[in-house]
Amino acid sequence: MARNVSTQRKIITTAAAWTIGLIIFFPIYWTILTSFKTEAQAINDPPLFFAFNWTLENYAIVQERSDYMKFLWNSVVIAGGSTIFGILIAIPAAWSMAFVPSVRTKDVLLWMLSTKMLPAVGVLYPISLVFVQFNLLDTRGGLMVVLMLINLPIIVWMLYSYFKEIPGEILEAARMDGATLKEEILYVLTPMAVPGIASTLLLNFILAWNEAFWTLNLTAANAAPLTAFIASYSSPEGLFFAKLSAASTMAIAPILILGWFSQKQLVRGLTFGAVK
Amino acid sequence: MATKASRSLARMMMAPAVTMLMGWMLVPLIMTLWFSFTKYLPLRGDSIERGLDWVGFANYSRFLSSSAFWPSVQTTLLMVGGVLLITVVLGVLLAMLLDQPMWGQGVVRILIIAPFFVMPTVSALVWKNMMMDPVNGIFAHLWRFFGSEPVAWLQDASLSSIAIIVSWQWLPFATLILLTSIQSLDSEQLEAAEMDGAPVIKRFLFIVLPHLARAITIVILIQTIFLLSIFAEIFVTTGGAFGTRTLTYLIFQRVIDSQNVGLGSAGGVYAIILANIVAIFLMRIVGKNLDA
Repeated sequence: MARNVSTQRKIITTAAAWTIGLIIFFPIYWTILTSFKTEAQAINDPPLFFAFNWTLENYAIVQERSDYMKFLWNSVVIAGGSTIFGILIAIPAAWSMAFVPSVRTKDVLLWMLSTKMLPAVGVLYPISLVFVQFNLLDTRGGLMVVLMLINLPIIVWMLYSYFKEIPGEILEAARMDGATLKEEILYVLTPMAVPGIASTLLLNFILAWNEAFWTLNLTAANAAPLTAFIASYSSPEGLFFAKLSAASTMAIAPILILGWFSQKQLVRGLTFGAVK
Repeated sequence: MATKASRSLARMMMAPAVTMLMGWMLVPLIMTLWFSFTKYLPLRGDSIERGLDWVGFANYSRFLSSSAFWPSVQTTLLMVGGVLLITVVLGVLLAMLLDQPMWGQGVVRILIIAPFFVMPTVSALVWKNMMMDPVNGIFAHLWRFFGSEPVAWLQDASLSSIAIIVSWQWLPFATLILLTSIQSLDSEQLEAAEMDGAPVIKRFLFIVLPHLARAITIVILIQTIFLLSIFAEIFVTTGGAFGTRTLTYLIFQRVIDSQNVGLGSAGGVYAIILANIVAIFLMRIVGKNLDA
């Protein structure tokens, strides 16, 4: 890696990369900035980049008008619940595929992945019928189950690829020493797999948080998460840029921060380990 | 090492995941197939309890021959193809740039990856209003600054506009994967080629690009799966108007807006077939990786 690079070239690369990075980030930056302006300043011509009076009033209005906290809470419960639920089901499955592989393990893994290819729109009506039948429409529980099932293949794959890197000999040694299977999983495997499990949790929480087909189509008033809350802003009502910005910032801020922590896992998780 | 006991135990531990996914796949699939062969208009009193009329392949041929079908396929292909082209080309260039030594690479990475974590409804609304609004959007300000007439993006260039929004969301993903792949390239090979006097373009074509081939294929296939079912970006911007009705959106309108479940289900089956063709290729590639 000891490549000799002239300082001049490094300066040019740095400038180019930073310019492109800032352009790509601009819409997010602009949204956050606008959320602190008044509505009049938000549409000022020319656009105001620095000199304006920072205000928090948009956040107050948004929270008060549309009960933001309820949507936020729905998002947290649905994304968090579906992820934890999914992990609990996936850990035993991934454990058995990684440590007791059979000839069919690979087929099962690929088949799980294939369920992800089912286009949601093709099965929307049957799912909503099932939801009506079991009184799940517009409930957090129903949505939790759907999002869990959507992300389950990714969770299993991620855990499987992390578990496979743990040497099986360690587990065997524990077994020799008389550990039961429960002890083996709880005290030997889990501590070693904590980093892997944590990043699986993180990435799948983000995916569930941002899911916008099922959350828009299966909820109404009670269980609607932030995706639906934001979609309600799609028809403009007078001056609303600053309020829209405040609402958007509130919806993306937590996940943006989590996302930055999990960028490495993103590659691994979403390519199913095919690019490392 | 695996004994008989541990094998049956392993099967038991896989059972919950396998059973649930099996149900998730089979139940709606069978229902969709069934509906697609029936006349099912819930608003006109058709219901499962009263029994649905079997109509054979009528829904399939009607969906194919409707005037909206071929334009929607064309729109879908244009959108998916356009976004793929933009994200792969820019992604490769960006990945190569980010691979160079520079100051603050970590920060630039964070800036570039950010759009991927913005939920689709937010990014569509932010672009629609803050960036593309013909009066107050940033683009309108820019256009006026350079003395030209602002563009009504989502009406006059609707499909390209949505393609830009979607590309913005997926460029981070493509870049990150391609960067990961490029970083595993043996730099000695490149240096040797450089010393032998191979020009930049040749080095790119014969060393970098072949190395990236696998990552590019993965990017294309995974993005295609997600792009085929783009929904929120159309839902909150144009609502399928101005020539932005994709196959997914057309099916959505048939089932939800016009409440023609039979017809929509037939469309759904077409969409499933389309997605599976893509899926087969993806499986091959990922499957190969399992052996390695």
